[in-house]
Amino acid sequence: MELFTNQILAGISTGAIYACMALAVVMIYQAIDHLNFAQGEMAMFSTFISWQFMQWGVPYWGAFLLTIAFSFAAGIAIERALFRPLAKAPILTQVAGFIALFSIINSSAGLIWDFTIKQYPTPFGSAPFLGSQLISTHQAGMIGVTILLLIALYIFFQYTRVGLAMRAAASLPESARLVGINTSWMIALGWGMAAGIGAIAGILIAPVVFLEPNMMGGVLIYGFAAAVLGGLTSPFGAVVGGFLVGVVENLAGTYIPGVGNELKLPIALALIVTVLVVKPAGLFGRPIVKRV
Amino acid sequence: MTAADEVEVVAEGQAVEAVPKRAMTLGAGTSLTVLALLLIVPLFAKNFIIFQMTMLLIYGLAVLALNILTGGSGQFSLGQSAFYAVGAYTSAILMEQYDVNYALTLPVAGLLCFGAGFLFGQPALRLSGVYLALATFALATAMPQLLKLGYFEKWTGGVQGLVVTKPDAPFGLPISQDMWLYYFTLVITIAIYIFSVNLLRSRSGRAFMAIRDNEIAASAMGVDVALYKTLAFGVSAGITGVAGGLGAIAVQFVAPDSYTINFAIALFLGMVVGGVGWLPGSIVGSAFIIFVPNISESISKGLSGAVFGVLLFMVIFLVPHGARQVAIVSQQLIAKYRKR
Repeated sequence: MELFTNQILAGISTGAIYACMALAVVMIYQAIDHLNFAQGEMAMFSTFISWQFMQWGVPYWGAFLLTIAFSFAAGIAIERALFRPLAKAPILTQVAGFIALFSIINSSAGLIWDFTIKQYPTPFGSAPFLGSQLISTHQAGMIGVTILLLIALYIFFQYTRVGLAMRAAASLPESARLVGINTSWMIALGWGMAAGIGAIAGILIAPVVFLEPNMMGGVLIYGFAAAVLGGLTSPFGAVVGGFLVGVVENLAGTYIPGVGNELKLPIALALIVTVLVVKPAGLFGRPIVKRV
Repeated sequence: MTAADEVEVVAEGQAVEAVPKRAMTLGAGTSLTVLALLLIVPLFAKNFIIFQMTMLLIYGLAVLALNILTGGSGQFSLGQSAFYAVGAYTSAILMEQYDVNYALTLPVAGLLCFGAGFLFGQPALRLSGVYLALATFALATAMPQLLKLGYFEKWTGGVQGLVVTKPDAPFGLPISQDMWLYYFTLVITIAIYIFSVNLLRSRSGRAFMAIRDNEIAASAMGVDVALYKTLAFGVSAGITGVAGGLGAIAVQFVAPDSYTINFAIALFLGMVVGGVGWLPGSIVGSAFIIFVPNISESISKGLSGAVFGVLLFMVIFLVPHGARQVAIVSQQLIAKYRKR
């Protein structure tokens, strides 16, 4: 029983990473109806930017805020320059665009900061949290920040005009345009916010997985999985999905014989495929009905 | 943000553009020219170049398979590398552990992958768009790990992989192994190409395209959507499996880490660059994924990934429909020139 609770705790603490990433994935999905395959790389690049600020002597929280502002602007810039012209292109072309972006960001980060692994500081410290060896204060802090972010997003979407306009633009673009919402800029705003949330995710994850250009590879896959599991239309679902994926991954690694560390990923993914087949909208997503 | 049981109604945009059947192939004249080039060039090339041309054909087959699935039936797949791996391992294991002739291993690889694809198509039936992309993505990610499993190590050689012996030319033909393998691959490629063109022109092909263009309308017209969708998956996987088997023989080596998700993404890019739904474009796409990384490496070593990305963006912006667009535009130019 103790092993079981420990594994669940460990799962929750890794799940926090996935939850952060899943939140960014859902943000962009709400804005543009696609998964952005370059999301992880954008987050990685933002994390490097914040690291650079700190190297220049900016204090942690200063660098944190500067990086979010930078990522927000960069997200909007990428949308305006590269994906706005592609808005009418077939989905396949857009996916190819995401892959190109992935490749460009990954390789530039490698050139600027090179591929060596770097330590990344944490503001929460890394002592055991409440006397438990499995969950450090950093991970607890991460869970806290994720939940704060979720609440902030909820308030933004539910109680502000811009949030309402973004929701309108995402669900019924044509009607939104008719009531005077600039839907094209709402999409850009979505990109900016997704980039900002991605930056937060990257900064929180970096102390755990260390900073290097390929740090997001695995995390993004889990982030997608979490987002899909929770439902791509629900930020709350994404966070829950993140924790669930973390827990399932850990439990499968411990209890299913022959799984071990190597098969954790396939098992988690198999679970997600199963969930999708049984309930395609995800656990908290809205079912989507197609119009003929 | 909203109540969970609220229902969202979406007029879904088409994932894949409708490609008219006649625009899917080349004219007879062009086909013969391409065929003649493919036949003659190796006679004057070095062994390494012949090897690269063999790989060009093999990747071309794999892209073609994806094209049938996506361009034909409108389903995404980022999991083609998994079927390619199954094909490659089937050939390698049969050749090395059971001494089966290399040519006989290919139909086995194809059939096995057809079965695997058909089975995978069952759960895939309930998914579409992003969800299908993700499920196939999961398959591709899981495959290298499954191949490394201890249970199968007896056959697969685990992490080490298997070394495959290259076949000699039969009947004492005085040509090098590479050249023999090239022509062997070419014959299979042509056969599969003709099969695919005919498949898409047949009743099944029309059913695929009806599903691609409007699934609900297709089922209302009496098309068995479930059957044809899984069938498309099966055929696509089967062709990919044959390509995988050929690939294993050509590279003389199979290992789990050759078949990662990156390979599946490369095949996907090949399809987009070649033009979705345009079968001859597969070979152009295959050339893109084989040669462009080399070109970008030669432009800048440290930035090769960035150069690759920029080149890809250029293709997307300048010719969003890939090689098909280039072909159509040049055809129109030639027609204009002739009229004068």
